Amino acid sequence: MATAVAEPLTPRPRTRVPLPPKLRAPGWYRAALFSVIGLGVAIGIDVGIRAAQHYHPVVSGNAIVPLALILVPLFFIVGIGCCDYWAYWAIGRRTRPEDHSSHGAYSWRDYFRVNTDHKVIGIQYTVTSFFFLLVGGLLAMLIRVQLAKPGMQFLTPEEYNGVFSVHATLLIFLFVIPVFAGLANFVLPLMIGAPDMAFPRLNALSYWLLPMGGIMMLMSFLAPGGSFASGWTAYAPLSTTMPLGQLFFTVGVQFAGFSSIFTALNFLVTIITMRAPGMSFFRMPLLVWANFSTSLLVVIATPFIASSQFFVILDRALGFHFFDAFVGAGKNGNVLMYQHVFWFYSHPAVYIMMLPGFGIISEIIATKSRKPIFGYRMMAFSLLAIVVLGFTVWAHHMFVSGMQPWIRIPMMITTAIIAIPTGIKIFSWLATLWRGVLHLDTPMLFALGFLTMFTLGGISGVMLAMIPFDIHVSQTYFIVAHIHYVLFGGSLFTIFAGVYYWFPKMTGRMLDDRLGKLHFWLTFIFFNLTFGPMHIIGIQGMPRRVAEYAAKFEAWNLFISISAFILGASTLVFLYNIVSSWRGGPRAPGNPWRALTLEWQVSSPPPVFNFDAVPTVVGGPYEYGVPGAVHGIFKPPAEAKPVAAGVGAGSDPPRQERHE
Amino acid sequence: MLVIGLIGLAILLPISLLAIPWFPDKASTQAGNIHTLYDVLLIVSVPMFVLVETVVIYSMWKFRMRPGDELKDGPPIHGNTRLEVMWTALPAVLILGLCGYAYGVLRSNEANKKGALTVTVTARQFAFEFTYPPVGGKTVVSPVLYLPRGRPVVFKLRSLDVIHSFFVPEFSEKLDAVPGITTTVRVTPTRAGSYPVECTELCGAGHGLMRANVQVVTPAAFQAWLAAQKGTAPPVGTPPANVINSGAYSSGNSGSGNGLPAGGGSKSGSSSSSGSGYSSGSGG
Repeated sequence: MATAVAEPLTPRPRTRVPLPPKLRAPGWYRAALFSVIGLGVAIGIDVGIRAAQHYHPVVSGNAIVPLALILVPLFFIVGIGCCDYWAYWAIGRRTRPEDHSSHGAYSWRDYFRVNTDHKVIGIQYTVTSFFFLLVGGLLAMLIRVQLAKPGMQFLTPEEYNGVFSVHATLLIFLFVIPVFAGLANFVLPLMIGAPDMAFPRLNALSYWLLPMGGIMMLMSFLAPGGSFASGWTAYAPLSTTMPLGQLFFTVGVQFAGFSSIFTALNFLVTIITMRAPGMSFFRMPLLVWANFSTSLLVVIATPFIASSQFFVILDRALGFHFFDAFVGAGKNGNVLMYQHVFWFYSHPAVYIMMLPGFGIISEIIATKSRKPIFGYRMMAFSLLAIVVLGFTVWAHHMFVSGMQPWIRIPMMITTAIIAIPTGIKIFSWLATLWRGVLHLDTPMLFALGFLTMFTLGGISGVMLAMIPFDIHVSQTYFIVAHIHYVLFGGSLFTIFAGVYYWFPKMTGRMLDDRLGKLHFWLTFIFFNLTFGPMHIIGIQGMPRRVAEYAAKFEAWNLFISISAFILGASTLVFLYNIVSSWRGGPRAPGNPWRALTLEWQVSSPPPVFNFDAVPTVVGGPYEYGVPGAVHGIFKPPAEAKPVAAGVGAGSDPPRQERHE
Repeated sequence: MLVIGLIGLAILLPISLLAIPWFPDKASTQAGNIHTLYDVLLIVSVPMFVLVETVVIYSMWKFRMRPGDELKDGPPIHGNTRLEVMWTALPAVLILGLCGYAYGVLRSNEANKKGALTVTVTARQFAFEFTYPPVGGKTVVSPVLYLPRGRPVVFKLRSLDVIHSFFVPEFSEKLDAVPGITTTVRVTPTRAGSYPVECTELCGAGHGLMRANVQVVTPAAFQAWLAAQKGTAPPVGTPPANVINSGAYSSGNSGSGNGLPAGGGSKSGSSSSSGSGYSSGSGG
């Protein structure tokens, strides 16, 4: 593999017994070796400290695990080669010049090594995330088996709590958030006319951090005492008193979080500095705007969940008592602080999981309606409004938490107000449909399905903002229904829409549209049959997160379980379509949807460095219906002239800037 | 399009308002206010949903690509300021109006009322315990929550270990019991009957079985019960020895395996409501 390239660059062996080249070159062998070293270091530090402090026993699994969970993945990442360049540079050795040896993918093996090509990383991200979607979906099936009827002994209560906790955590941190990063990783540099992301090596590092978190969370099932079982919210002091498995969540979230932060920084710098000449901010496609907004949210908010989990680690491992209200007579721990810090991230996280989807839908609806997006500037400003307002609403998750009652009132008002920019987006999409020429193929069906489902989720969201009603339904199945309407009917529908839309660009193959439509209708119908009734049983008083429930909810739960199984099975149609089309689907042309944005103006899949000639942007991204309008021209700025008189969003004079 | 919208409205509004039995029985003044609030929310939301769906369905039918239109584009409409201002301003007015109304409901539901009975709710993994004001120098502690009908009650919630929550669906009120602080929730029961008390904050393995029972009885029956309780302070989990209206509380511990009462459990003598009586929690 990479050995041949790395051979002349490896340091001259100083030891008498040189390591075999496979263990010196970046790759899986060295990663395995380094992981073992990492484990050794963790044990060494821990045993050393315990021996020095005269703790008994000197070797304690409970003490070693937290350190090992942090060190082993870090050593693995260094071993697989994410940090080679930086390490050489830092110790003053000759760095490998960018020889593009880790750009592009020529066989499936290239996806299993550190690669700095944003298109390869995009596919790595997306496929990894879908793997975790399948795992999370299977866990959901287990949940529905348990709840099919009351008195079911399929899982013990401990196992049940573990299963739904891992289900939620995987789907939030390992699916929805990273899959958007994956799709944007592939599409965004192409859209803005850049050859790659601003920091390709950081990009590779942020990808490799992700599976560390996911594998850790899955491994928690092997921990003594079972997996973490305090929900994805992991409220203290429950999480500080749980068995060992909880640590796999606490540490795993840090890895997923760092991955998220690095990617967001990368997007921000890429969008700000690497746009093609002429691509002013108000000529960017809305997907770029959406990822710009999302990245702002990630960079500002994610450190808060990191700190909340660091508090938990310190409480558990070192006895800091941040959240222990019963420390001696003083009772100085503060339980509610955890929730404030946690939701200060986790509410913006809802928009981290939604805004990129808004971007995808804007692309698809404009292209498939053959019309410019209605109210482009308001669409961009509403994204920024959501970013700002998103930080002012966190305590609406805490209306029944026992915090100071007055905080609820401003939080209700901001929560209701945030529905307005969201409403602007929905109405603008509707107006974009109006008088268009609607191509009702699979991506468009998912986009329209998203409009329907997200409207319902938004409406139940406004209802939940109303404090008295929220007091009745919070922590019931109404919340489960709401979150699935916005994250499944909302985010997942946009993800499916995006995958169907960009699959030809990513793989060079067309998907089967008939199977896609079958997948859509199965998903759409059984999604509603699964999660719609949860509104009713929620208001009737069935609490969430229970392995056991009252007899009066039996009929609805059986109905929900059956619908959920069919919903789960509908994913098989999608999988079959993806696998068979990737292997042998018809070849995709460069621009099968006749879209104007730049990623469609190159071949499918795109060349290794995206553009043979740097494009110059001469108009808005959605000038459908304007005769002769183009978005970008593959000529230097001096030669490129606007073809059509720019209208609306495209009326800015092109900014003459050059980027390397 | 108007036709689609009106048909949708004519179908969905009655179904959502009348046909779906949303709430459990209404057993407190607070619940009454909240049920009305929900009706108002439905009356506002359903037309909003119907509007969106009407446009989607009408567009899918009217503007779908027909054979021969493969290369056609729509008209290049970039926006309409008047329309955009309208769909920003109107929802804003609507939503702020709803906020004002909800605030009114909240104020009324949480108002201090005279002559309130104070009950301390102590939550622990995985049981509730209810402490009444001292009668004759002796504090009354009960695993079943007895309440007089018509008298305002102030619950003081405490937790002995992790966060729990106190929820009676029929009262429509809920609040967390947080270790280290005491939280307060107010309810005025209006209807006699037997209802479940549920823990709704994930509190560990026994969370799904952390249930108790609330009995709303006439004031006279309540006083009699309180008097009979004098001196007896049964530990959590064991049914009280002398319970008035003894059919009201089918003793717990039925099937400690899953903690649920076999066959509908506690039907109150004084009420026909609530087929979902839970045994006082002994599961786990």
